[in-house]
Amino acid sequence: MAKAKFETPAFRPYPVVPVIKQGVMKDSRSFVSKPGMQESLGYPGELVDNWQEVAINKLGELLTKYRSLRVYLDTCVKCGSCTDKCHYFIGTNDPKNMPVGRQDLLRQVYRRYFTLAGKLFPKLVGAKDLTRDMLDDWYNYFHQCSQCRRCSVYCPYGIDTAEISMAAREILDAVGYGQKYCNEIIEKVFKIGNNLGLPGPAIRNTLEGLEEDIKDETGVDVRLPLDEEGAEILFVPPSADFFVEPHVDGLIGYGKVFHQAGISWTMSSHASEAGNFGMFIGSYENMRRVSMRIREAALDLKVKRIVFGECGHAWRVAYAFLNTLAGPFDFLDQRYPIPQHICEFTYDLIQKGALKLDKSANDHRRITYHDSCNVARATRMGNKPGGQFVIPREVIKACCNHFYEMPYDTIYDETYCCAGGGGLLTDELMEVRVKGALPRMEALKQVTDDHQVTHMATICAICKSQFTKVVPYYGFDMDQIISVHQLVGDAIILEPNDRG
Amino acid sequence: MESWTTFYAVSFYVATLILTMGVGYKIVQYAKTPAPLKIPTTPAPLTTGGVVIRMLLEVILFKSLFRSNKWIWLFAMLFHGALWVVLLRHLRYFIAPEWVIFPIWELVELIQPFGKYGSFIMLFGLLGLLARRLFVERMRYISSASDYLMLILLLVIGVSGVLMSFVTRTDIVQFKAFMLSVMCFQWQNFELPAYQMPTDSMLLVHLAAVILLMIVFPFSKLLHAPGVFFSPGRNQVDNPREKRHVAPWAIKQFETPQA
Ligand code: HEM
Ligand code: SF4
Ligand code: SF4
Repeated sequence: MAKAKFETPAFRPYPVVPVIKQGVMKDSRSFVSKPGMQESLGYPGELVDNWQEVAINKLGELLTKYRSLRVYLDTCVKCGSCTDKCHYFIGTNDPKNMPVGRQDLLRQVYRRYFTLAGKLFPKLVGAKDLTRDMLDDWYNYFHQCSQCRRCSVYCPYGIDTAEISMAAREILDAVGYGQKYCNEIIEKVFKIGNNLGLPGPAIRNTLEGLEEDIKDETGVDVRLPLDEEGAEILFVPPSADFFVEPHVDGLIGYGKVFHQAGISWTMSSHASEAGNFGMFIGSYENMRRVSMRIREAALDLKVKRIVFGECGHAWRVAYAFLNTLAGPFDFLDQRYPIPQHICEFTYDLIQKGALKLDKSANDHRRITYHDSCNVARATRMGNKPGGQFVIPREVIKACCNHFYEMPYDTIYDETYCCAGGGGLLTDELMEVRVKGALPRMEALKQVTDDHQVTHMATICAICKSQFTKVVPYYGFDMDQIISVHQLVGDAIILEPNDRG
Repeated sequence: MESWTTFYAVSFYVATLILTMGVGYKIVQYAKTPAPLKIPTTPAPLTTGGVVIRMLLEVILFKSLFRSNKWIWLFAMLFHGALWVVLLRHLRYFIAPEWVIFPIWELVELIQPFGKYGSFIMLFGLLGLLARRLFVERMRYISSASDYLMLILLLVIGVSGVLMSFVTRTDIVQFKAFMLSVMCFQWQNFELPAYQMPTDSMLLVHLAAVILLMIVFPFSKLLHAPGVFFSPGRNQVDNPREKRHVAPWAIKQFETPQA
């Protein structure tokens, strides 16, 4: 673990009223995007001279395109319900990290330029001019929001700060003040096909290596196919699954599930990324461009179904937006959900008794489950509300004997974000990421003390990367983070199949 | 004609116009602005009927607020609940018994004592909300002058109302005659003293505050009342996979072949 230049917050032994420390996170800034990246996403290369005018016009345009933005900026009554709900506020105490404090950065400007009260009596209603300081505050604090929607659960009007952050980031991009981390990644998707910039041949190599590993370990030929035309299923994993621990073991798990299911499947080098950072920057256009690659791959490979791997924000774009952005998918088999989540797929097989699982294979693990924020609060699995909580748990429980829940107010739709989502998973934001992880780490500590839990399973590439990086700050070990489909893969009893 | 009468009559017309036009404009604006993506906060209902139930739970019982913070919820329920009862009680001053079908008038009469004492509950709720705003550090941070003033305005309305009911007394019969004349545009009545606005100071204060409230309504956070019904996080059906949802501007921008 690298030596930190900040203090890891201490666990709070009992519930405390959070205090306010103004401006403590003011200088926690992610790197600004470079001209080339900006331009390949359709934005000005650097801050334009008339940024103030452009920003106000952009805000005006977004107000006519997004009802959420308009209604959310108007309706907040400052009731305070959301003030203690954001993990970044809990971990940093900076009041601009309170959801309403964050929204107010945009709301103050909205009031000044778009409402009668703010034009006539700015002081009275807290309306503010769009100054350079304000623009910098937007940049800093809207990049300290993981768009996790926890605040929206508790707001009496469902005001979702994620929507506000997305709008603010789109305005920042429009004036040429984008964030490097997100925009660099989107550029890589356009140029290469995935967030990590892994070209097709590299992916093929990795997959072949993994196939050999599985063969060595199990004696069975489990295939991890790439670009195979005519397969039944197009499978879209987050690219981290090709590449890093503990994600890769999840990929092996998916492969074993498909193998046992006896269904032909393929991944695609063109759509080798489930994640869609277009959402993080609030750009319908870029989000659509990334999504279209999946449609193109599905058409090219002539598949009948699309299944997504374990990735949280990706599942949001897939579940809630893909049909909107890249649909209609009338060329796919309508008997299956379009798209389907790998947990839904595995769960169906378990229900049908099509998977033989040896729970005792995971007996050396005592497991808890972290609900990823965007899966929990922006999507569904199965055909009942709340299936996104039940199905992954049922899959886990079918694969292990020791499963324990973290405190109830930190799971299901009250789950805390891992603190790395929404475009924050970059090294220069380490302080925000570590501090924002506090509430989840407290919950993990509790379930560790009460039930000697050894592993926290999750279904999101960002959660996995973020946790492996930050848990050591809180005295845990990075190996304690595990993919749900690693548990499945370890429990599954493989049989050779005819395609094998 | 008596000048208080003229002043209040004109103010009522102006305030009513601003309130209805202003809120109407906002409702049309919300309704016309598309929601291009499906963003209900999940778990969310899968049917329109389910959404109606979700919305009712939010609007009547403040369900999300209850999950969040029992203190805000308590004060908010006391204030809003009592506000509705008090408003219903006030119907007495705005309708004549012969205008309405059975049993509306009887119900308005039935509710009178509840409304009368409900005002204390309303004041208690408002004071609770004000106390939180003043004494909780996080609340102070997010409050601007208008947030305090709104509570103070409602307190002024409530306190002057209570004082009229229980201490100073006002000529309700004369006030009702005035109000009905305003509402029916029977301005010739104002020549007669029995139809003029009573001029005791509590009533003048009470009505001035109400008129002010009506005027600021469409320009203030009171827009939360219509706004809550338009929140995509709460009013959308969770069915993006089953039913394709696209905004007109997105179709125009991305799915219309360019000539
Ligand atoms: C559909 C109708 C309405 C709903 C669902 C509703 C709901 C709410 C909720 C949930 C709050 C937040 C909790 C609180 O701070 O009290 C609130 C605040 C407030 N409401 Fe309403 N409300 C409605 C109508 C009204 C009306 C008609 C008025 C005024 C005449 C009003 C005045 C206020 C005020 C002043 C606050 C802010 C209280 C504060 O400063 O803390 N509301 N409302
Ligand atoms: S969306 Fe999540 S990170 Fe953003 S303000 Fe709300 S709770 Fe905080
Ligand atoms: S909970 Fe909603 S209405 Fe209350 S302060 Fe937060 S954003 Fe505003």
